[in-house]
Amino acid sequence: MLSFASQMHRMLSKYGLVSKQLWEIMQISNILLCNVTDRVSFWFVVTDSSENVTTVPGSEVEAAIRMNRNRINSAFLLSDKTLQFLKITPTLSPPVEPSTPVWLIVFGVVLCLILAGIVFLVVAGIRQRKKKNKESTERENLEEKCEVTITVENGIPCEALDLKAGHINGVFAADNERFTSL
Amino acid sequence: MSKDLSVPPEIPKEDSRPKWDNKFQYILSCIGFAVGLGNLWRFPYLCQIHGGGVGSWMVSVLVSLYYNTVLTWVMWYFINSFQEPLPWSACPLNENRTGFNEECYRSTAVNYFWYRKTLNITPNVTESGTLQWWLILCLAACWAIVYLCTIRGIETTGKAIYVTAIFPYLVLTIFLIHGLTLPGATDGLAYLFTPNLNTLKNPRVWLDAATQIFFSLSLAFGGLIAFSSYNSPKNDCEKDAVTVAIVNSMTSLYASIPVFSVLGFKATTGYWDCLDRNIISIINEFDLPEESIMRENYTAWISFLNSSHPEKIAGLKLKSCDLQEFLDQSVSGTGLVFIIFTQAIILMPGSRAWAILFFIMLFCLGLSSMFGNIEGVFTPLLELRIISKTIRKELLSGIICLICFIIALCFTLGSGSYWIDIFDSYAGTVPLLVIAFFEVIGVAYVYKIKRFSKDVKWMTGRKPNLYWQITWRFISPLLLLIVFLAFVALQIQKPSSYAAWNPKYEGFPMKEEKVYPPWVLAICVLLAVLPCVFVPLVALFNLIKQMCRSKDTSFIQPEVFSCQEANCNFCHPKESIPIVSVCKKK
Repeated sequence: MLSFASQMHRMLSKYGLVSKQLWEIMQISNILLCNVTDRVSFWFVVTDSSENVTTVPGSEVEAAIRMNRNRINSAFLLSDKTLQFLKITPTLSPPVEPSTPVWLIVFGVVLCLILAGIVFLVVAGIRQRKKKNKESTERENLEEKCEVTITVENGIPCEALDLKAGHINGVFAADNERFTSL
Repeated sequence: MSKDLSVPPEIPKEDSRPKWDNKFQYILSCIGFAVGLGNLWRFPYLCQIHGGGVGSWMVSVLVSLYYNTVLTWVMWYFINSFQEPLPWSACPLNENRTGFNEECYRSTAVNYFWYRKTLNITPNVTESGTLQWWLILCLAACWAIVYLCTIRGIETTGKAIYVTAIFPYLVLTIFLIHGLTLPGATDGLAYLFTPNLNTLKNPRVWLDAATQIFFSLSLAFGGLIAFSSYNSPKNDCEKDAVTVAIVNSMTSLYASIPVFSVLGFKATTGYWDCLDRNIISIINEFDLPEESIMRENYTAWISFLNSSHPEKIAGLKLKSCDLQEFLDQSVSGTGLVFIIFTQAIILMPGSRAWAILFFIMLFCLGLSSMFGNIEGVFTPLLELRIISKTIRKELLSGIICLICFIIALCFTLGSGSYWIDIFDSYAGTVPLLVIAFFEVIGVAYVYKIKRFSKDVKWMTGRKPNLYWQITWRFISPLLLLIVFLAFVALQIQKPSSYAAWNPKYEGFPMKEEKVYPPWVLAICVLLAVLPCVFVPLVALFNLIKQMCRSKDTSFIQPEVFSCQEANCNFCHPKESIPIVSVCKKK
């Protein structure tokens, strides 16, 4: 309890929150505690003279406490939740807000990805269509030139394939070397 | 591809119909379409509480409009999940910074973030409010994603579905494992699986179960038909149908487990908070030392103090804390996801990561269902050649997405969520029942089961067995009729009302029960009736056309099934295979 009184005295006098003429006379004994309970709760009054007769008006003490709430809290290593002044509701600090809301940034990233995807698909589609058109016009030109009927197998004109000789596929031909002979 | 040269392979024509890359893509798409948000938020709710062509095209359009708005909300929450601490975890301060914002303080921070910061909801459906610019941005992003994935029809959705259909199962498993480790999870699961035999006697239970399974499978949208039409004609559709139905039901059950673990955890935390608040007031009142009363000996202390100082205890006005009561606070739909689950996520350690995972999963679930809806809109337009063939697929899907985006802007108004409830209750329910009923009747009695069985035999190689015959002929139409009539009867019984969020209401934070004004009721009826009315209209139209044709006797009638659906692929089974000879000879 003594430490509380000394803290209150220091705060009220040192930080110039009580009217100037009382400042000099203020002593630790001017802070009176009463109704102390087991649960560490009590009432206190601040008197304004050495005779301990008149008390400093409650509103001034309230104003002083309100302004220095965090100093009192840190002095006792308590917080607004664990140290409660009845009738003095703490002024809450607003939550930290960045200059641009976070969600806008995330939204921008997502939108850029989507637009990139759309552009890629559309351009790929256009290119594919151009290639197909070019191929079909080429084949038409080729067919127009040849008088003889051209038979087509799997899109390749039959004449291009030497059906008797066949093609040697390099991948499989190499197998002969990979496997050890019996 | 190695092919037996004796069988002539098909050379695809220019711009031919696309095909699925493999069977797995098709199954995943159907599952993704069937498994949607409803599996997550409607089925577990029901467990807790109790234990149709132009028609279906219209339904697909209406559903696409509002379904994507729900995805907009999911996206909004997703991009807000990157903030630390989560924005719905604390109330904002009021003007003079002495306390919290009043609306937020009287309800909860989570409620405030949903109703004020997200929806900016108006007190009733007649007040439209203004367009919410943040929702418009998210709506644009959602439609852009849908466009990206459906840009070339199933060629692109087929690739996207690998992610959107499989990822939710992964996240559900992660939530399952984490949820089971949370305190109070077992209470939640016990609550889920304990049957309440009294409630089974309530017919409402069975009606809810029937409607849930029907809507859950996403039937009668035309989307499943659209997906299936991209299969080769000789496809085992019997196996596919059974697979999709079983996977859908299993998913609902599988999803309930993490949902209920989390709900149990939330109820337990709420119960502990209630106890703690009571304990603090008792300790302050009786000046007892700290930690003299704990949660375990709370009831003993209460009974002791009640006998020794009853007036003091009565004066404290302690709230009675009952775990059952917390578990009973059941909500379904948007409430479950955006209010209850978000609240539970704040309580978990590492809440940012959980929030991000959860909302990505929801987004994937909704997106795969959107694919089905869009296909249900897209494919008939292409098939019926209403749109000329010169328009490219990319352009058509772009136009559809743009038009839907502009119409869906009305859901971003202040009263938007009330309208979404209206669309969900009226456009997404009754028309589907009617269309499905006519589909079944049409196939079973107009097209005749014998012909249908022959078609199925041609496709799958075996005749459908007795189970299918009985269900197609009798059980399905009967059940659909019963569900439809019960649905309509229940709707007529009570006047249509809705729950409005009104901060000025005396009972706030309880919602205010309001009745729909007549013009809104007219719109509800229109939404329900318009898709249904096309079924008899088109049938009538086809009948008249046939009668006109039969007068001209020289015209040879092909075996035409009077198509009541826009995308009926059983119309000309024999004409659907293009057989082109291998060697093109001039």
